[in-house]
This record gives sequence, C-alpha cells and structure tokens, in this order.
Amino acid sequence: MSDAITLTGSYKTAETRGTTRSLRTLVSIRRYASPIVLVCLWQIACSSGLLSTRLVASPVQIAVTGWTLVCDGTLPFNLGVSLLRAGSGLGLAISLGVALALVSGLSRIGEDIVDAPLQILRTLPALALVPLYILWFGIGETPKILLVALGATFPIYLNLHKGIRSIDPKLVEMASTLGLSRWQTIRDVFLPGALPDFLTGLRYAVGVSWLMLVVAEQVNAESGIGHMMMDAQDFLRTDIILVGLLVYGVLGLMSDQIVRLLESTLLAWRPDGRKGRTA
Amino acid sequence: MTHIQSDVHPGTAVIVERLTRRFNNGPPVLDELDLAIAPGEFVALLGHSGSGKSTLLRTLAGLDPVTDGAVTRPRDVSVVFQEHRLLPWKRVWKNVVLGQEDKAIRQRAEAVLEEVGLSHRSNAWPLTLSGGEAQRAALARALVREPAFLMLDEPFAALDALTRLKMQQLVADLWKKHGCAVLLVTHDVDEALLLADRAVVLERGRIRVDVPITIPRPRRHADPGFEGLRSLLLDALGVHAA
Ligand SMILES: Nc1ncnc2c1ncn2[C@@H]1O[C@H](COP(=O)(O)OP(=O)(O)O)[C@@H](O)[C@H]1O
Ligand SMILES: [Mg+2]
Repeated sequence: MSDAITLTGSYKTAETRGTTRSLRTLVSIRRYASPIVLVCLWQIACSSGLLSTRLVASPVQIAVTGWTLVCDGTLPFNLGVSLLRAGSGLGLAISLGVALALVSGLSRIGEDIVDAPLQILRTLPALALVPLYILWFGIGETPKILLVALGATFPIYLNLHKGIRSIDPKLVEMASTLGLSRWQTIRDVFLPGALPDFLTGLRYAVGVSWLMLVVAEQVNAESGIGHMMMDAQDFLRTDIILVGLLVYGVLGLMSDQIVRLLESTLLAWRPDGRKGRTA
Repeated sequence: MTHIQSDVHPGTAVIVERLTRRFNNGPPVLDELDLAIAPGEFVALLGHSGSGKSTLLRTLAGLDPVTDGAVTRPRDVSVVFQEHRLLPWKRVWKNVVLGQEDKAIRQRAEAVLEEVGLSHRSNAWPLTLSGGEAQRAALARALVREPAFLMLDEPFAALDALTRLKMQQLVADLWKKHGCAVLLVTHDVDEALLLADRAVVLERGRIRVDVPITIPRPRRHADPGFEGLRSLLLDALGVHAA
C-alpha cells in the first residue's frame, strides 16, 4: 500500500483542445437530457388524457399560446408594463438604499439616525403592507412601484452598509497618511471596497423585485404579466398561466445573469476563484 | 498640549522632545522620550514587541495625536507598514500614485516602479503580487511623494529570508539615491547594522541605547566589524550573544 498521490497534467495542443470541446458539448447535452425527458413525459400525459388540461396545459399548447400572445401583442405589452414597474421600483430602491447606506455607513450620527429604524422595519414582511399601500396610494402605478421599491431597498441597504462598515481600517489609515481628502477616501477606498457587498445586495434586490411585482400585479392591476395570469384564471386558461410563469422564470434567470456579468467585470481585481461567488 | 510643527524645508530635522503617550490613562507607553534625526540620517529603532516602537512611529506620521510633549518633523513624510496596505481594486501603478491627480502621474508611477524593480507588474492587480512584490509597490508608493522623512515599520518582517535580503539591499540603494531621513523599525539587529547610521533601542518608553554605526558602506552581512555592536545591541535587548 502506498500513500502517494500523483497529480499529472498535459499542456493541451490545438488538436486535443478540439476533442475536449466536443466532450464538453456532450456533457452539457447530458445536463439538459433529464428536463427534456420530463417535458416529453408531460406532453405524453396530456395527449393521452392522463392529465386534464384544466389542471395543466400541455407543453405544445403552451408554446402555441405563447406564440399567439406574442403575435397579437398581449405578451409584449404586458411584459413592457411589468418591466417598467420592476425597473422603476428597483431604480428607486437602489437610489434610496445607496443613499441611506452611505449616510449610515460613513458617519456615526448617520448610523444612529438611520440604522435603528431600518433594522426594525426590515423585520416586517413587506407583503403585509399591501392593504395599507392600496389604501394610501390607490390602484394606479404608484403602489406597485413603491411595493417593489420597499422590498428591494432592504437588501441593497443592508449589504452596502455592511460592506462600508467592514472596510479594513488599515486601508483608511493608509489613505490618510497619503493625504487623501475625505471625498477621495470615499471614492477610492469606501465605495470600491463595498462594491462586492453592494452587488450581492443587488442580486437579492432583483429577486425580491420580481416577487413583489408578482404579488402587486395579481392583487390589483389592469395590466402586466401578473394581471394576464389572473385574467386567465377566470377563463380556466392554464396555458396562459403557464406562459406567464415561464416569462417570470426567464426574467429571473436573465436578471441574475446580468448581475453576474456586472460582478465579473466590476470585480476583475479579485483572484479567479472568488469571482462571482459573493452570495 | 502641543502640536506637530511642520516645516517646508527639506532640510528639517526630526525632533522629538519629552514625548509622553498613554492609552486610557494606563502606564506611559512612551515616557518623556527624546529623539533627534538629522536630515538624511538613517536611524534603526530596535526594541521588544510592545516597547512602543509603532506608537512612536504613528505619532511621527501624524496618525496618533501628540498629547504631551513636542514633535517637529518635515512636512513631506511617507510610511511603509509591515502589511503592504495596497488597495486591491486599483492596479499597482494607480496604487503608487493614489491621491495624486495631475497629468504626469502615469510617468511618475512607471519611473518609481522601475526604481524598485517592479515595472513589469505595473498593470497587475495587487492580490496577484507576491509578498516581496507587494512590499516593493508599497515602497514605490512611499517614494513617489519624494518624502524628506521615510518611516518603515518592520517592513520586511513578513517576508522570507531571501526576499528580505534583497529588500534590504533595495532600501540601502534607494536611501543612497533619495537622501531622505529614514526611521526603520526592526527587531533584526543585523538589519539595523547593515542599513543604519545609528541604532536606537527603545525600552519601557525611553531610549536606553543610542549608538552610531560607523562601519563604512557598502556593508555586507556578517561583516566582522559588526561583532562588537551586535553583542552590544543584543545585550541592550536582553538577549545575550553566545
Ligand atoms: N490603540 C491602542 N490602545 C491601547 N493600547 C495600545 C494601542 N496601541 C498600542 N497600545 C499598547 O502600547 C504598547 C506599545 O505598542 P506598540 O507601539 O505597537 O509596540 P511595538 O510596535 O514596539 O511592538 C503595547 O503595550 C500596546 O498594547
Ligand atoms: Mg509594532
């Protein structure tokens, strides 16, 4: 018996690289194989009448309905409305969260004033405020955007605040021996140092935005993906509901990818192993 | 209460008079300490861990207040700490000229990186540097400001022995070239003997030993002329040479 471990590697030439690439394609196909099989089974169950379309539409039906909704403009219109709401809410949340985090992260007095109320507020489930929001802001766009903003502000604030507070004091001290002004220190030390935490917060905030939007649009709306789905419920159109779900899924996935891309470009200074793994 | 007096002339000496420093009304860490460093002089500050070396250096750097006593020093000073303290999110050359905002910064950064032998890494991210390279970058950042007084707080303590020898040589060369006054905090008696004009031993907040090192330069490690001084300093530090 030997305890030795041999680690070997070989420098890849152009030819061997070709074969590894086809191998990698094979592996990625294998990853998608099981979802594809599941969808096929689903289709078979629907076609054979095993699954009632009243409960769930078949994949083919969903595809057809999706295409029809795209062509008659229903889906693009509602998607546009939803995106605008989510975007405005998130934009508001970022401005507010960043402003609050800067105030409380960069000054002791600011922290005393800002942090305590926010820490209390964040324990409230934001969704429980829906009735109050409708009472306050009616049924227009305002309550929906504000609901998204409310939910998304907290992850931004909490993460950025933590990021600013956990900056290495030695770096701040260095900045002062180099004669940097307060503003230069904020710009060159605090903000870039807190960026990884901010991006983590942003990722959570984006997720929360979609969640808040779903609720806002299903409770009380005349347009948007959520409304489209609630409307379909009245007519037992499970196909439309599933199209809506699919759209939400794709939106969530895409926004997550965008934040990841932001991370890998903005945090290029991190060693490879830590890139894009802030969460 | 007295304050640090800054002087614009590069020829200003560093003068510490009856400097006393306590933390939280405890026993004095610096106890009526007197020290003078002439312009261009290289002084090594030795002492046990906790003897107040860093406290003295931080006071000279303006990081700690002068609460009791007086300190005079040139206006332009730089500090290099044991940790490089480079901003990980700025490329090496940008770290070197951090806080400077004129048109010639890139040129100046490249020139000083060349001096410390790091021009090939000027575009690198700090987290990809080795310990020795990072300390070179920290030295470059200190020198680019053309300080009249350079403070080094155990700058090589975290480096491996071989790298440390190279860095000591580098510091000797840079000092010869720039001619600034240097205060080097170290716990390495040989390092002090190799580099300094004068060795000072700090003990319980006061200077106990203050000896000139007159061995001609360039000096070499383990020069036989070091023996007498080495045992003197080791004695002062409470370590008895064999
Ligand atoms: N910020 C501080 N608060 C309280 N005590 C301190 C502080 N900084 C240093 N000291 C104390 O002062 C003494 C000298 O510390 P220091 O100057 O760092 O020693 P050295 O650099 O010689 O090892 C130590 O006993 C240390 O505990
Ligand atoms: Mg120290």
